[in-house]
Amino acid sequence: MPEGTLCNKKPVDTAEGITTLLADQSGKTYYEEMKSLEIDSDLLWKTIQNTCKTRIRTWLEICAHCGMCADSCFLYLANDRDPKQVPAYKIQSTLGEIIKRKGKVDNKFMLHAMEVAWAQCTCCNRCGTYCPHGIDTGIMFGYLRGLLYQQGFVPWEMKIGAGMHRVYNAQMDITSEDYIDTFEWMVEEYEEDYPGLTVPVDVEDADIMYTVNAREAKHYPEDLAEAAILYHIAGESWTVPSKGWELTSLAMFAGDWAACKMQVESVYDAMERLRPKRMIGTECGHAHRATVVEGPYWAGRKSGRPPVESIHYIEWLAEALRTGKLKIDPAKRIKEPVTLQDSCNYVRNHGLRETAREIISYIVEPGYFIEMSPNKEHNFCCGGGGGFNGIGYFRKQRNVGLKVKRDQILATGAKLVISPCHNCWDAIRDLEEVFEIGIKWSFLKPLIIKMLIIPEHLRPEEE
Amino acid sequence: MYTLLTGPVFYIALGVCIIGMIVRFYQYFNGLSWQLDRVAYKEYPAMGFRGAVRSIYKWLIPYGTYGWRAQPVMAAAFFGFHLGAVLLPLFLIGHNVFLKEKLGFSLFFNLSTPVADYLTWIAVISLFFLILRRLVLPEVRILTDRKDWGILLISMAPFITGMLARYQVGDYSFWLTAHILTGEIVLFAIPFTKLSHVFLFFASRAQLGMDFGIKRGGLKGNKMAW
Repeated sequence: MPEGTLCNKKPVDTAEGITTLLADQSGKTYYEEMKSLEIDSDLLWKTIQNTCKTRIRTWLEICAHCGMCADSCFLYLANDRDPKQVPAYKIQSTLGEIIKRKGKVDNKFMLHAMEVAWAQCTCCNRCGTYCPHGIDTGIMFGYLRGLLYQQGFVPWEMKIGAGMHRVYNAQMDITSEDYIDTFEWMVEEYEEDYPGLTVPVDVEDADIMYTVNAREAKHYPEDLAEAAILYHIAGESWTVPSKGWELTSLAMFAGDWAACKMQVESVYDAMERLRPKRMIGTECGHAHRATVVEGPYWAGRKSGRPPVESIHYIEWLAEALRTGKLKIDPAKRIKEPVTLQDSCNYVRNHGLRETAREIISYIVEPGYFIEMSPNKEHNFCCGGGGGFNGIGYFRKQRNVGLKVKRDQILATGAKLVISPCHNCWDAIRDLEEVFEIGIKWSFLKPLIIKMLIIPEHLRPEEE
Repeated sequence: MYTLLTGPVFYIALGVCIIGMIVRFYQYFNGLSWQLDRVAYKEYPAMGFRGAVRSIYKWLIPYGTYGWRAQPVMAAAFFGFHLGAVLLPLFLIGHNVFLKEKLGFSLFFNLSTPVADYLTWIAVISLFFLILRRLVLPEVRILTDRKDWGILLISMAPFITGMLARYQVGDYSFWLTAHILTGEIVLFAIPFTKLSHVFLFFASRAQLGMDFGIKRGGLKGNKMAW
């Protein structure tokens, strides 16, 4: 069977297609079909010739096979220093081989390549900063994922996720109406505590256009309310777009570049329609990477920048605390050992290494903040990045990968891990579930709301 | 043989090396694509330049990056070898005399004999360490293929033959001829093998420096070294 009914080379771009795929529990049939999926070697080789230019080819060629990247990889460390987990080996034995064989690889090879691309690399790009030649294996794995996606060798959840973006412009089946309804409903829930709290929808020329992670609307709606509360108290002029509100991109994890383009263009369209001064995205790492850092290139924007200045949520928070828009009650600061999870996607890959620490200087009682080691741009991936968290097929491998973060957290002695990134937050929640080390984990929004000084005129009237 | 090696073969080897690397350099930068690499190279020349220079500079300084500091012994062997591998071919007095005779000019300065001797010994000892590392460490062994051994052999030969000639072990003129031959093999090999890193190191590092400098955080002004 060259092409399966569920597992094939065609992207999913209808709601029915998504429903059908979802009905196949855990992708059982999907993965069964994958075992006999044929490879279109001509297409594979043609794509490589058209898209694999000197940067990647030189990387593959001049790799000195020195092995200095080994220790930089958390999956190598988590898997008891298995030589097969050395980044250079992982990429040479997959992408390197495909190129060497001019695309003439078989089904077994592709199944293996899929496992390496999604279960042995989270595209955290740490190894790239440890290679004397500047070889960024994470980038090459991103590229390999694109080739595998084109051939239909992509984990079930990633195929669905990319399809969601194609159909809903969001990583989940949430329509614009669902989203706005949820936001409005959540704001109503909190109106009593915060009189005047609203969610301004599609307001033109606001200072801030706020974008979110669809999971917030689906699973953590309080997060939406918290964002509204913080903008409200800070006195910001803000708005949410009814279309183009989704910051994330499972399409990026899947390597579905066409869907990546559709997704970010929906957000850029909202920027152009509403003309905000700035776009601020929620506490998410990959979403920021997708929409702010990589997105402009998918959308063909020569400037490499989104249509309006776009910043991460922690940049806004740090600014609001610095300028006094938000004021913290010192008595309510965190007084227990606390550490911080640096997200690879906006710390190592977008330079925000001091921003969260500035926030911490306002919200943690001096002496209680303990750094992980290593940290900042050298921090290890949480263990679940690059889509790893979401792939049931590779759950076992993911759980092994969590060990490094577990040990890093244990070494700090912290009881609370601040994690301003959805993926990291999930991974840390899961590691607590798997290893039970007795920690709590949190985004910044709920922590800050608990310790805010609310200006007199915004307080609810006393009975 | 000696006349041949110091005459036409020398000119051809040098020509192949230089022209070959100019071509490869051109191909490299010509093959960079803002959209495929997702780096707006041309839009931010100043930021790109700063990122590239920082990236190259930091990695050229022994222990200048977190990566070097994370593996101090490897870094020592690496710099021990590369110091000799760069300085000796260019500035050894014998090489400069040879250059002056063949091309009519010599390079900036000459290394004094004791310094040259030290550099040679350090390079050879470092090389042996690098070989040992390749044999012993599982994470390096799994990457090593025949080509790697070939490159090591090619790079090592001029040092060994040069030393044997320098200390006049056995037949001086034989070792000298062997030294010239092996040196020329290196020149020939540079554009076509992994030895191209002699030049492409700068290209590849510059690219990553531009990538981070322009796109991945350089604009946040935090002077990270990639």
